[in-house]
Amino acid sequence: MILLLTLLIGVLYAAGIYMILRRSLVKILLGLLFLGHAANLLIFTVGKITKGVPAFASDDLSKLTEPFADPLPQALILTAIVIGFGVQAFAIVLFKRAYQTVDSDDIDKLKTTDSLSRS
Amino acid sequence: MELLLLLPVLIPFTGGIILLALRNYYRAQLYGNTIISAISLVVAITLMVNIYSGGISSVQLGGWGAPFGITFVADLLSAVMVLITGIIGFTSSLFSLSTIDKDRVKYGYYPLIQFLLMGINGAFLTGDIFNLYVWFEVMLISSFVLLALGGTREQLEGAIKYVTLNLLSSAIFLAAIGILYGLAGTLNMADLSVKISGMENTGMISVVAMLLFIAFGIKSAVFPLFFWLPASYHTPPAAVSAIFAGLLTKVGVYALFRVFTLIFTHDTGFTHTVLLFVAGFTMLSGVLGAAAQNDFRRILSFHIVSQIGYMIMGLALFSPLALAGGIFYIIHHIIVKTNLFFISGYVNRIKGSYKLKKLGGVYKVYPWLGFLFLIPALSLAGIPPLSGFWAKFSVAKAGLELGSYTIVGVSLFVGLLTLFSMTKIWNEVFWKNAPQDSAPDAAPEKKEQFFILAPVIILAVITVTIGLFSEPFFQFSIKAAGELLDNTGYINSVLGGSL
Repeated sequence: MILLLTLLIGVLYAAGIYMILRRSLVKILLGLLFLGHAANLLIFTVGKITKGVPAFASDDLSKLTEPFADPLPQALILTAIVIGFGVQAFAIVLFKRAYQTVDSDDIDKLKTTDSLSRS
Repeated sequence: MELLLLLPVLIPFTGGIILLALRNYYRAQLYGNTIISAISLVVAITLMVNIYSGGISSVQLGGWGAPFGITFVADLLSAVMVLITGIIGFTSSLFSLSTIDKDRVKYGYYPLIQFLLMGINGAFLTGDIFNLYVWFEVMLISSFVLLALGGTREQLEGAIKYVTLNLLSSAIFLAAIGILYGLAGTLNMADLSVKISGMENTGMISVVAMLLFIAFGIKSAVFPLFFWLPASYHTPPAAVSAIFAGLLTKVGVYALFRVFTLIFTHDTGFTHTVLLFVAGFTMLSGVLGAAAQNDFRRILSFHIVSQIGYMIMGLALFSPLALAGGIFYIIHHIIVKTNLFFISGYVNRIKGSYKLKKLGGVYKVYPWLGFLFLIPALSLAGIPPLSGFWAKFSVAKAGLELGSYTIVGVSLFVGLLTLFSMTKIWNEVFWKNAPQDSAPDAAPEKKEQFFILAPVIILAVITVTIGLFSEPFFQFSIKAAGELLDNTGYINSVLGGSL
């Protein structure tokens, strides 16, 4: 399971980095999504996956005994997913507006804010 | 005391919600925002006074003791950053009163400003690295919207560059947090400091340190990660770019100061040397970029990059004097840079342009505005007796004491080039004659003028005060640097008796 997840994270990072290096707005957006998901899965994997063991002690136990599951990575990922969802939704709308205004999805056309002659 | 630590976050939060509910009432937005910003400023001053007299204090939220609950900590560095955020929040809300158009207000300009300030204050006060990520995101999403609000082609293009690189930085930040949690099993910064100092696998810690350096480096615009900044900061209205220029990159710098003094001190020979190289290149590339520009705000944007280099230099040299100089530099820089953007906004209000080619003759009609420009401009270049001189002097002196002559040489050379850029703005905007075909000046009315000039004068007075009476400010910076270098006070305040 861990091996599978590790491979998946690697593929997601590779795909994400490849995509953000492309010139099309949509592909950059996809690349950012991939990188976000890769980071989420990374937290999940390095937080040590333990199957079928409790995360919380029952009332009569004062202390947890090994092995136990750690619930914190899941909580972190949940927060990160929610934040990522909001930010990515905004980015999609922004990229669409930019596409409509510039009338091209080639980022080489987005040079008005950087060129000396027009600024 | 517990509540006082949370108020810098709670006030903008409730204020933002109230303003959001009153979105259709134009006047209520203006008054409401000014009042909320004023309250925030008062709270920030109270917090500063309390921390200065009572030492570091912390509060645990959610009924869990440290290191499990969410921790809010205020040491001197946090408190002074919150105080400056209060000052900038208040002055820019005054500046917004007559420079922000009704459409922007209708689409939620003021609530967004409050949420932005909430995110910034949260980032300064939190003691938990995942919580820091959350505050960064709160700050970023508000800044995304503020940057794109208006929807002109320049703004959208600038926003795309800004959003893409900042999302990338967030993904790297998140990955670093994940690995750090896997290594240390905790996310509380004080607890991380304790756990990491006892760890043997320092190679992996250096990896995490560098990942965090890249993440914060993108946000604080260091070389070679700064390209989003000059591409976007000159596109929104002056009030927005003034807040961005003053505060946003400095949140990244603050985060670097925090993690590289509290957590990653295991191998300063490696990590802080990388920081030093980056600092030098940041200064140089920023100032050289500025020399080529011909737009008022783009010149200033490149100078933000160059000034970030000095702060990182203070952190990288890592001696008490250098850190104190770095902190002094942050305080001075936020005030001065915001003021310069305000002045660029005022010139734009009169002349209708930011392009140097279309500007000119401002000194002839508004001589006092030229004088007000000279105070922050000369301070930025480091002319005595203004605040920038003491900031540069202390960082350079620390460098000389440690024998890092190259970086000191670079910093002095960059100071000279900064003066060149400021003279260029002075010549083009204030001194030369107005171009023949320029439109007549649109002089603001008396009341309007008051609200534009008041923030400029407040910040100029602060700059002069820091310059002329620099001793108490410098003593303060040394005390704050002492707290950063000897972090037992911070750790004891957070972890207390729980471990």
